[in-house]
Amino acid sequence: MRRALILLPPFLWLLLLVAAPVAILAGIALSEPAPGVPPFLPPVSLEAGWQGSFANLLTLAEDWYYAAAFLRSLVVAFLSAAICLLLAYPMALGIASAREGWRVPLLALVLLPFWTGFLPRLGAWIGLLRDGGWVNGVLMGLGLTEAPVPLLYSDAALYLGMVHAYLPFAVLPLTATLLRRDLSVEEAAADLGATPWVVFRTVTLPLSLPGAAAAFLLVFIPAAGEFVIPELLGPPEALLVGRALWGEFFQNRDWPLAAALAVALLALLILPIRLFQRLEDDGGSRRAASPPSRSSGQSLDMVP
Amino acid sequence: MRRGFLFACLLLPALLLARMLVPVASAQPVLNVYNWTDYIDPAVVERFQQQTGIRVRYDVYDSLETLEGKLSAGRSGYDLIVPTSEPSFARLVRAGALRPLDKDRIPNWRNLDPRLMERVAAVDPGNRYGAIYLWGTVGLGIRLDRVRALWPEAPMDGLDLLLKPENAARLARCGLAVMDSATDVLPSVLAWLGKGPDSTEAADLRAAEQALLAIRPHLRAIPGSGALVDMLATGEICVALTYSGDVIQAAARAREAGRGVEIGYVAPKSGAHLWFDMLAIPADAPNPDAAHAFIDFLLQPEIMAAITSHVRYPNAVPASRPLVAPAVREDPSVHPPEEALSRAFVPGTLNPAAERARTRLWNRFRAGR
Repeated sequence: MRRALILLPPFLWLLLLVAAPVAILAGIALSEPAPGVPPFLPPVSLEAGWQGSFANLLTLAEDWYYAAAFLRSLVVAFLSAAICLLLAYPMALGIASAREGWRVPLLALVLLPFWTGFLPRLGAWIGLLRDGGWVNGVLMGLGLTEAPVPLLYSDAALYLGMVHAYLPFAVLPLTATLLRRDLSVEEAAADLGATPWVVFRTVTLPLSLPGAAAAFLLVFIPAAGEFVIPELLGPPEALLVGRALWGEFFQNRDWPLAAALAVALLALLILPIRLFQRLEDDGGSRRAASPPSRSSGQSLDMVP
Repeated sequence: MRRGFLFACLLLPALLLARMLVPVASAQPVLNVYNWTDYIDPAVVERFQQQTGIRVRYDVYDSLETLEGKLSAGRSGYDLIVPTSEPSFARLVRAGALRPLDKDRIPNWRNLDPRLMERVAAVDPGNRYGAIYLWGTVGLGIRLDRVRALWPEAPMDGLDLLLKPENAARLARCGLAVMDSATDVLPSVLAWLGKGPDSTEAADLRAAEQALLAIRPHLRAIPGSGALVDMLATGEICVALTYSGDVIQAAARAREAGRGVEIGYVAPKSGAHLWFDMLAIPADAPNPDAAHAFIDFLLQPEIMAAITSHVRYPNAVPASRPLVAPAVREDPSVHPPEEALSRAFVPGTLNPAAERARTRLWNRFRAGR
């Protein structure tokens, strides 16, 4: 009884703010566009009964235009997540290995950019990278280049913006995992003659894999649907899912197709989440088998 | 303590929800205006508030897509919107999203130029749903000093400057841009090619796509119209296809900055795309009375003159012309000459399939493929 009472609020929360919106979205995805407010016919109505169609989902499957957008989004998300992971790992290891008094200030530094809004941070990049911007000003001032180097609206600027925006999401779960790791295992390896590199490769790294997977996914998932960063910093030729969805919604006013795209993206992202959960379960059972770790008392539990 | 927290967690959303559902009674009437960015003289709004006691809540957009997106959801909460006659105003009329205007409550309606109103009647028979606020054309913004320096005999009298690939290649170094709007760029490109601006013929659209793709490698950016004004004013680009008033605003800003950036506007001689921005009231406007009062207020000659002087777009109230600031009044790029107007075209309405074809074309052009 008490258990049910405790579970009720989160259950209601999920029902109201996750399940219901997805159901509404799926309903719109199955409807037909029509001029009006809102601009579609509901898939089920009292008078007409079922009047929806699966045409939108078929369009997504048949038209290469959308598949290409999905593919490009996945590549951008994958590369962004990989770069974030590569940068975040040494940062997290440094924070986790730092003296106790240093950890909180170091983590605070990772989080500090969040104190500024997302858009002002992107605006700052635009100011730095544009033709008359600071970077080109310095380059031209030093005589390294005659004309401004086109930096903005390029793939490089796109990844710069993505990594800058999402890096903290990778650092936090990695730090939490690395803090929780059992130092005595590493000591044992060192006692048995392993060099620091061998210890890292055979002990630290495998133990931190669940954290690395969490870090990767926490960047990958929002990056796959990202709209603002590619629009403001990326090259105009990069048609990503976010932009394709925007186009259907705003330019073609085809809400049903836009909803179908959103549902497809959601379905596509559930796959890596399931994979991650399996990995977590494996890691969890392995962790449970090992003796209680020394540092668990002060771990920062931030893995979702 | 913990129970108090839980209680607060549940109570707070409940209170917020109640606050949203129950309209708060307030003594002072409020008018919610949704207009384009930089599209009014702020002093005019101030004067309206003082004269009527109606508080104006003013909100802005920088593309028709945003406006239509919000209105199609319904219950936007706006009392007055300013959609462009084609395509948004026409579509909103057809979708039943607008409220017929009560002209008895707009005595200043008689100030409107009947010839201009006639041009909008094609999409709004009898002018039931909208009055012209401001209008303009689509053409080239040119940074004259840079283009002259780069190429003294450049043909600066029409779209050839941007749309001929050899010209674009020659000017690419100083920055070329096309505003990001399929609806407001394709008609001009089709007209330049000698095709009908409303054409749905596959061959015509293919020709337009090829023309755009041919200059695509030379374009520095395809920005929204709001961002384009900045790029033009700061001198980041030197030729841009965009709205007339935006160029004229950029020119004024460049003059104020005083860094030698000199910008001019050219309407295409092949026939300019003419557009009208309409004052309209959403069907579900919470305060249509205030919206009618505001429309009537705006259509006074001295008010319209102040707006045109400030934003540098012409209006549809001829009696305002003598009251407009001389620099704006005499500027031929603000008020196109009569013969240019007679050659200008107003694009028609497209069906959804044709729209989608154009959006696709546009996205391929953006992608450069």
